[in-house]
Amino acid sequence: MEKYFNPEVETASREQITAWQSERLVKTVERVYNTVPYYRKKMEELGVRPDHIHGIQDLRLLPTLTKDDLRDQYPYGLMAVPLSECVRIHSTSGTTGRRVVAFYTQHDVDLWEECCARAIVAAGGTKDDVVQVCYGYGLFTGGAGFHGGSHKVGCLTLPMSSGNTDRQLQFMMDLGATILCCTPSYAAYLAETITERGLRGKIKLKAGIFGAEAWTEEMRREIEDSLGIKAYDIYGLTEISGPGVAFECAAQNGMHINEDHFIAELIDPATGEPVPYGEKGELVFTSITKEAFPLIRYRTKDICILNPEKCSCGRTHIRMTKPLGRSDDMLIVKGVNVFPSQIETVLMNCGYPANYQIIVTRHKNSDKIEVQVEMTPEMFSDSLSEVAGREKELVSALKSMLGIYCDVRLVAPRTIARSEGKAKRVIDQRNLYKQ
Amino acid sequence: MTVKQISVFLENKPGALAEFTKILQKSEIDLRALSLAEHEDFGIVRVIVDDPYSTIQILKDEGYVCSVTPVLAVEIEDKPGALVKLLTALGDNGVNLEYSYAFLVRKAKSAFMILRVADNEAAGKVLRDNGVTPICQDELEGLFK
Repeated sequence: MEKYFNPEVETASREQITAWQSERLVKTVERVYNTVPYYRKKMEELGVRPDHIHGIQDLRLLPTLTKDDLRDQYPYGLMAVPLSECVRIHSTSGTTGRRVVAFYTQHDVDLWEECCARAIVAAGGTKDDVVQVCYGYGLFTGGAGFHGGSHKVGCLTLPMSSGNTDRQLQFMMDLGATILCCTPSYAAYLAETITERGLRGKIKLKAGIFGAEAWTEEMRREIEDSLGIKAYDIYGLTEISGPGVAFECAAQNGMHINEDHFIAELIDPATGEPVPYGEKGELVFTSITKEAFPLIRYRTKDICILNPEKCSCGRTHIRMTKPLGRSDDMLIVKGVNVFPSQIETVLMNCGYPANYQIIVTRHKNSDKIEVQVEMTPEMFSDSLSEVAGREKELVSALKSMLGIYCDVRLVAPRTIARSEGKAKRVIDQRNLYKQ
Repeated sequence: MTVKQISVFLENKPGALAEFTKILQKSEIDLRALSLAEHEDFGIVRVIVDDPYSTIQILKDEGYVCSVTPVLAVEIEDKPGALVKLLTALGDNGVNLEYSYAFLVRKAKSAFMILRVADNEAAGKVLRDNGVTPICQDELEGLFK
């Protein structure tokens, strides 16, 4: 029998879900209009007042938000409660200049943790399980979200954070971890290491919840086969709360969006017009229960397809496919968001020309990013140590901007292809978005 | 007192050096000495040529990144210990050698060393004090005529 963390909500009728959404949307809009000057200004620009919003049918009247708005209003501009009500912040991985910081009241942390708890239960988790969390703890939402969700389910929680594979495996074996939470690439790496060391017989894993980066169906089967587990996908973003905005059930056919907290829309990224079910569009979220940092019509830039059909698991909440691409140029490398503009900024700060190319590859399920930069007379010298030293400085500047290691390759001038229009800056050879 | 070395950025890939030498060949530039320093993905080729001015122009036209560095060129007696004496003198006087390479001149029947130091003036003085006079570009060319 399928188990739910919150059966009443997770299997509610469509009418009920719509009623919740409409009621909560109206309240949220009224609240942000009255407490957040930025929202009021954006609404006034479109001539929209809270009394125009009677339910989700009016959602499209409201202005959309993008990451730029969030950066622009950093840090407190979109806060809808006094700071004294907040108990937590999280932040997205490196962004150009200003980061995006999200605030949480205790209520916000609770609802987010419940979303993660739903995901853990959907993956077969009960209070008898041992959940090993190897997402990073800290500003990143991965660790904290699963940690709290696991507590809510009543599982024994191993707050491992990322890295130190030997220790991960030791705890996994000694404490009999049954559910693994990490990025799919780390899961693949752990699986490989377990196989190499012949430890398969010593682990008790039955499920894994893997998110924060794109992965293919083939990768899923590989991980499932090598670890003998069922692998579940999960989706989320810091701006909206963190992991658990949507999660997969045993049907493994799309991720259920927690619609009692988040209203999902799919739009054409170019025109902003709604996209019908079954077609690709950009995912837009409105958070309708968050207190501190509610976002109205936040454009995720993730491209996916929505499926409103009832799921065999009994959950009624709408399902989204894995992200099938991006409507902007953001890359996700090793679970970290990378914008080409960040790399450009670092290059220019280090005195290199803005003529560069980013090549992303995946070898043995591990991402690698290489930045190719053309050598210039200004950066050149007859001294090898001088040129190599500058290259090294660039590597460390990139690491500090992006939070991940990038290879740098200095190339001869005029070797990076220039086309008539925009140069092809990114070559992603991972083919992650094939369906 | 110095000779002009041309340093050129080359990618570390098959054919890069061949491509470079072909360009010199096409313009009938004569190489007097060549040294290659390699890093992971790139290298720096350092050359002494018969006509540095034209070479620089040609390389720039071909899209190469290059630079000119005045370096010291000294004649070394062709007998054991000659290099020891010269290097010891430099070391004793606190002159650090950044890099160095050698070439032979048939006509002079002796070896020459290229020395790259931070301060050519200071190093030149140490050398002269020890009886070795760095040669200039014209003197170098004279050896090949």
